Amino acid sequence: MNEPVKKPARKKVELDPRFVNYKHVWVFIEAERGVVHPVSWELLGEGRKLADALGVELAGVVMGPPGERTRQICGEAFHYGADLCYLAQDEVLRDYRNEPYTRALTELVDTYQPEIMLLGASTLGRDLAGSVATTLATGLVADCTELVIEADSRNLASTRPTFGGSLLCTIMTQRHRPQMATVRPRVMAMPDADTARSGRIVEHKLAIIESSIITKVLEFIPDAQQDKPQLAFADIIVSGGRGFKKQENFQLVWDLAKVLGAEVGASRPIVQAGWVELDRQVGQSGKTVRPKLYIAAGISGAIQHRVGMDGSDVIIAINNDPNAPIFDFAHYGIVGNAMQILPALTEAFRAQIALARRAG
Amino acid sequence: MHSVVCIKQVPDSAQIRVHPVTNTIMRQGVPAIINPYDLFALEEALRLKDRFGGTVTVITMGPPMAEVALRKCLSFGADDAILVSDRAFAGADTLATSYALAAAIGKIRENMPVDLIFTGKQTIDGDTAQVGPGIARRLDYQLLTYVSAIREIDHEKREILVERRAEGGVQVLKTKLPCLITMLEGTNEMRYGDMDDMFRAARHPLKQWDRLAAGIEDPNVVGLKGSPTVVGKVFAPKPRSQRAEIIETVDNDPKNLVVTLLAKVFTQHPKLEREIERLAK
Ligand SMILES: Cc1cc2nc3c(=O)[nH]c(=O)nc-3n(C[C@H](O)[C@H](O)[C@H](O)COP(=O)(O)OP(=O)(O)OC[C@H]3O[C@@H](n4cnc5c(N)ncnc54)[C@H](O)[C@@H]3O)c2cc1C
Ligand SMILES: Nc1ncnc2c1ncn2[C@@H]1O[C@H](COP(=O)(O)O)[C@@H](O)[C@H]1O
Repeated sequence: MNEPVKKPARKKVELDPRFVNYKHVWVFIEAERGVVHPVSWELLGEGRKLADALGVELAGVVMGPPGERTRQICGEAFHYGADLCYLAQDEVLRDYRNEPYTRALTELVDTYQPEIMLLGASTLGRDLAGSVATTLATGLVADCTELVIEADSRNLASTRPTFGGSLLCTIMTQRHRPQMATVRPRVMAMPDADTARSGRIVEHKLAIIESSIITKVLEFIPDAQQDKPQLAFADIIVSGGRGFKKQENFQLVWDLAKVLGAEVGASRPIVQAGWVELDRQVGQSGKTVRPKLYIAAGISGAIQHRVGMDGSDVIIAINNDPNAPIFDFAHYGIVGNAMQILPALTEAFRAQIALARRAG
Repeated sequence: MHSVVCIKQVPDSAQIRVHPVTNTIMRQGVPAIINPYDLFALEEALRLKDRFGGTVTVITMGPPMAEVALRKCLSFGADDAILVSDRAFAGADTLATSYALAAAIGKIRENMPVDLIFTGKQTIDGDTAQVGPGIARRLDYQLLTYVSAIREIDHEKREILVERRAEGGVQVLKTKLPCLITMLEGTNEMRYGDMDDMFRAARHPLKQWDRLAAGIEDPNVVGLKGSPTVVGKVFAPKPRSQRAEIIETVDNDPKNLVVTLLAKVFTQHPKLEREIERLAK
């Protein structure tokens, strides 16, 4: 959305008769070179709730090259909550390219008519979602943080941050189908896999020929994974903010992280000052994280930081200002000087872990 | 080579404040800037012009005050600028925005063929990354998102070779012109315009196109009417139902504070204690 414009009080909105047959909730299962992006499973967890609220089925959309691996992905989608999968296997879908994927997904939508379609707000998902929504001339809400079905209208109400994250707004697509939304990785909880669950596969044959696709993939250069920080899936994160004042002091964050086997995160000013790399920024313009434990030291808790770590199981905040906003949403707080509390915390954890080792 | 660069004037969101009581945006005094991500798009287009010659046209859809942003682009070295502005465009979502911009670019093409369209990765106010893909779709241009480098352009064959940031790696893609590129941030550094460009920018006759001049007959396809998404309520994030439990001790000595903290956390979250022991191994 460019400019949230307030609409006058709600009137009853009629759905275009062309769309009354649009039923069911779809999740696009994003797989590149056979690896499923975890955001797809998170979306199945969320899609399950929407489908149950509507009393309809939840479908995964699996696309990829012909072969056993692509089919296997359907099985995994069932474990994470899908009732059925639409499966399109074709050589033109081997590497992600906008054109064949847009054509394939648009064709599936036109054929099987979902009411709601969710995609991950990954590089792939955003590329695809924008193209498909434009082709279908329907609404698409980016980077949603909450999805619910409105009880009376049965429309999807998608909530997303607006104005640089200072406010949230709820957006609906009342007269068009499908209602589309993207969600960033780690915003929704990962559902538990139930390996006993199964479902049915609807195979869809595409008639896209390679010579009609203009863009060609010449090469794929994988990132060197080893030394890149993996904040999004870290179980424990120790984050520091401007409260540390000097780069030397930030070492205290690294010390605690080391003892805990945790990743180091930071607020934006720390990244902008160049104390840590961009991959460690937590928040709206950085990573969304959901660790089991998030320790925030010297961080005020601005909304742009909060939206990236609000989903953490346990949040401990250390700040010398008792009125810092971080205490409004942390679970535990210590009001004090991070430069003194953090070393003490490092020692306490070290002692605790040593004790556990001796015991077990 | 004719490149069209889509830029947007946005409020500098770092300076936006929300009124604590009414939860409305306080725009007064917030400076308007060129969407920072769009500068990477403009710079890349200017670099292509340096390499191959040609023309760079900047375009924006926005209120009359967006003229300032366009003049800034001219001062950086863009050749021409078009402001697409009409009351009918107000309240546009990304679908209606891409409609208007695609129509206007269609008009530009009537005078001079367009080889490349550039957009930024996303805006800092809309933040959707949808307008670029939307324009590409409407004009049936090949779409290359998150481009980190343009390696080669073969004018004879009308082919372009780019590097694109994909999930988990970089794709090297070859496609045909014309195409639309959304430029990744941090891939280049915006130049300072020279004196000549600055003087030229101040005097340049800016084109201003209203809906009809942009070639849009039907008023229902743009602005609020042409937007399938409807914004309902706008609200401030709510605090958690409970504020943080503040740990205190009689002396508030750091050592005692953290011991009290850990005892509390581990009693209430026994699983976390085991998790920490596992990770620390
Ligand atoms: C479009 C946009 C996107 C943004 N994206 C992000 C983002 O992704 N991530 C992000 O983090 N920010 C982001 N921001 C910035 C955000 O608004 C805040 O400015 C930023 O999070 C503040 O960082 P901070 O908490 O470290 O610093 P400050 O707000 O300066 O807070 C420092 C805190 O440290 C405390 N402190 C000071 N001394 C001590 C001490 N000795 N011991 C303990 N505490 C102490 C202070 O009380 C204060 O609360 C974004 C902003 C905009 C406009
Ligand atoms: N009103 C507009 N005028 C011109 N270009 C725009 C406009 N809105 C968006 N864009 C372009 O589309 C890109 C993506 O914007 P968005 O979809 O809002 O994140 C921006 O970086 C701009 O290049």
